[in-house]
Amino acid sequence: MGNEELILKLKEVFPEMDCVQGNDWPELSFGSDRLIDVITYLKQTPELAFDYLFCETCVDWKTHFNMVYHLDSTRYRHNVVLKVKTDREKPEIASLAHVYRTAEQHEREIFDLFGIVFLGHPNLKRIMLTEEWVGYPLRKDYEDPINIIKL
Amino acid sequence: MFSIENITNSFHNWLSSVLSETLVMLVEMGLIAIAAIALFAVLGLVLVYMERKVAAVIQIRLGPNRVGPMGIFQTSADTLKLVLKEGFMPNNVDKFLYKLAPFVVMITAMLILAPIPFAKGFQIWDINIGVFYITAISSISVIGILMAGWASNNKYSLLGAMRSGAQIVSYELSAGMAVLSIIVLTGSLNLNEIIESQRNGWWIFKGHIPALIAFVIYIIAVTAETNRAPFDMAEAESELTGGFHTEYAGMRFALFFLAEYINIFIVCAIGATLFFGGWMPFHIGNWEGFNHVMDFIPSFVWFFGKTFFLIFLIMWFRWTFPRLRIDQLLNLEWKYLLPISMFNLLLMTVIAIKGWHF
Amino acid sequence: MFEEVATSKEGEQIINVGPQHPATHGVLHLIITLNGETIVNLEPNLGYIHRSIEKMCESLSYRQFIYTTSRMDYLAAHINNHACALTVEKAMQIEIPERAEVIRILVSELTRIASHELWWGAMAMDLGALSPFFYAFREREVITDIMEETCGARLTMNYMVPGGVMADIHPNFVKRVKDFIIQFKSRIDEYDQLVTGNIIFQNRMKNVGILSKEDAISYGTTGPTARGSGVSCDIRKIYPYSIYGKLQFDEVLETAGDSFARYLVRVKEMKQSISIIEQLIDNIPEGDFQAKTKAVLKLPKGEFYQRVETPRGELGVYIVSEGGTTPYRIKFRSPGFSNLSALNHMIKGHKIGDLVAVMGTLDLVIPDIDR
Repeated sequence: MGNEELILKLKEVFPEMDCVQGNDWPELSFGSDRLIDVITYLKQTPELAFDYLFCETCVDWKTHFNMVYHLDSTRYRHNVVLKVKTDREKPEIASLAHVYRTAEQHEREIFDLFGIVFLGHPNLKRIMLTEEWVGYPLRKDYEDPINIIKL
Repeated sequence: MFSIENITNSFHNWLSSVLSETLVMLVEMGLIAIAAIALFAVLGLVLVYMERKVAAVIQIRLGPNRVGPMGIFQTSADTLKLVLKEGFMPNNVDKFLYKLAPFVVMITAMLILAPIPFAKGFQIWDINIGVFYITAISSISVIGILMAGWASNNKYSLLGAMRSGAQIVSYELSAGMAVLSIIVLTGSLNLNEIIESQRNGWWIFKGHIPALIAFVIYIIAVTAETNRAPFDMAEAESELTGGFHTEYAGMRFALFFLAEYINIFIVCAIGATLFFGGWMPFHIGNWEGFNHVMDFIPSFVWFFGKTFFLIFLIMWFRWTFPRLRIDQLLNLEWKYLLPISMFNLLLMTVIAIKGWHF
Repeated sequence: MFEEVATSKEGEQIINVGPQHPATHGVLHLIITLNGETIVNLEPNLGYIHRSIEKMCESLSYRQFIYTTSRMDYLAAHINNHACALTVEKAMQIEIPERAEVIRILVSELTRIASHELWWGAMAMDLGALSPFFYAFREREVITDIMEETCGARLTMNYMVPGGVMADIHPNFVKRVKDFIIQFKSRIDEYDQLVTGNIIFQNRMKNVGILSKEDAISYGTTGPTARGSGVSCDIRKIYPYSIYGKLQFDEVLETAGDSFARYLVRVKEMKQSISIIEQLIDNIPEGDFQAKTKAVLKLPKGEFYQRVETPRGELGVYIVSEGGTTPYRIKFRSPGFSNLSALNHMIKGHKIGDLVAVMGTLDLVIPDIDR
């Protein structure tokens, strides 16, 4: 399915969401409460079949976090980008570990470095840093005068 | 013709003429002990050097070449380093067993040297149950390895020791069967008599195909028994970091290391004795002239030549094959080698009874 | 650790494999639960070489940040650099001279061969065969020599820059690469004789660490790991970048999904890379090796993503730009990170000996996992 076709399809199914053409792929933006609905639809609809989550990450926009999911379909070879806005004060979002198993480790990394809590994650604990580490290094307001030297 | 036998005999006669019988025995025992330990050290150095050179040739590189000409003093330098190292002992080990284990392994290896005829008439202890003695004593070394694994208080060591236990106990069976098939042919457990029976040809040629099968099984089984690759389960460097000797350092580690090489020497010496006639020169039936020429080569050259050839075979295995997995290792023994060697023993018995061998 | 021992079940013990262990090829720490010799559970504990390259990049300019990426997957430094350069070029719409493109592909494919060579030797070493390592290094040495001559470095080359490559190829480059092709072709058969056909090796590899096609996709495995399970995932084929679209080569696929399939994929990939090099080595176009670019690069506001195929799988570079001279956020989707997550699934119920065999076929590079 081409990008334009995909955008049309997504706009039809999720009319309340913002769907635009990004630099490479269609980008769908929505709030964190709808994540599971959208993912379930994208994965289980036969003509979409987004079965491969090739990148999951987070961007700190200082006022909120954006979870970014890059999805690919190994059958049709079309891609979509999901941007999910989460609250910065109480960052919580549903875990995708039971939908895409690769998400389990990616979410542990995001939890470790951004402090986003993934609800329903089977083993949510720090992966890179030690358990007693204070703060989340990839957040924009993180200060570590000992380990990080500002250029 | 040069022979060690003459030297030892004349030395014995000279000692007897100046000392009483008891003192002669004590002095000779002391000398033998020194000789055994010296042989131990020299063999260790030579074999380690040989292993490194063989490995280097197989791995398209040069090997040790800096210390001394062709690097022959490399192993001496390594030994010096190991001697000077701190005998580090981790906390919470079973101190008594931890210290005892390397000695158990090494003393076992030394004990087996006793009945091996190194040359014509040059043997520490000529007993009538030589082969049986060797088989019995060689089983003790597994206790040392288990001891080391248990006492180290390390899970890797324990796993290595358990593997080693399972492995040595299993492979001793086929090694024993292979040895037994030669015993069937000779009808004697005395190593000298076994060698004497090969005066007109070595058993590997005289015993037809069963002897060849027995030899192949013997070599596989002893490679496993000495914990050498491809059967180095007990050490399994990439899996268990160091296996049973993970926690050993300095000279204690060196004793394990040395014992491994001495064990290789011993099993190869026994293999050479049983299948290749020990110190017996290469004789063909009744070809008087040919046999006479062969007799001019000293007997200890024959013995060490054959032994080192077998050692080379075992080293060749190590640097060519990947390691087996523990369950594959036990499958190989219990499902293939043991049944084959049992059948082979039966075949050998038929040959011995019917007198089909040369 | 003592707590975990206390909570392990009767007859089970917990062993720490790593961070210092001969089979992990780096500072990877695996906490494995054993029942006898059988692995019940495995949990990777990462971060021993975590340098937070993503955070560092946020304060580096678009010319500087590429150099940190050589230190991620140090066996494929060229390809990491290539991915970053491609992302910047895509964002700034820089046209690259044809000569630069060809040089980039040539060094990338040489890197791929060098990486697979190292993997081949290291994996055989994991299985207890020490000799193949030296045979692998014999060929790898030639590649690193070629790289040294052209790029000035043997491991972290930093050769690709936005707009092309940093310097023109050395005058000897073409001749030495041609010599290498002849040498490599005559010696790749030795590999099969030494390792592939060995019965012990095959017994250790076949039916071990099986990863089904569905699991391979779900775990996000890429590269030879996924292709051994029959998943078509070669980015060079499915989303061609640079000039891969114009080249003739096959995507190597095996369907068995076991360790041996992954092994075969990598060995065959080396031959494919050689055929790519052969197509290009005689046709390096004349011209500039670098496009004219501004001294200070400024990316337009937006988000840019580039996927490339490293020897280990799919590397993704995700740059979020606010329009300044430094990235606002950068994310490297490393192949090893996802491949490692499948290890627990693949190894359950196997012996410790298989752990090193399966880990070997995943071709883990720890700095690539930790970043």
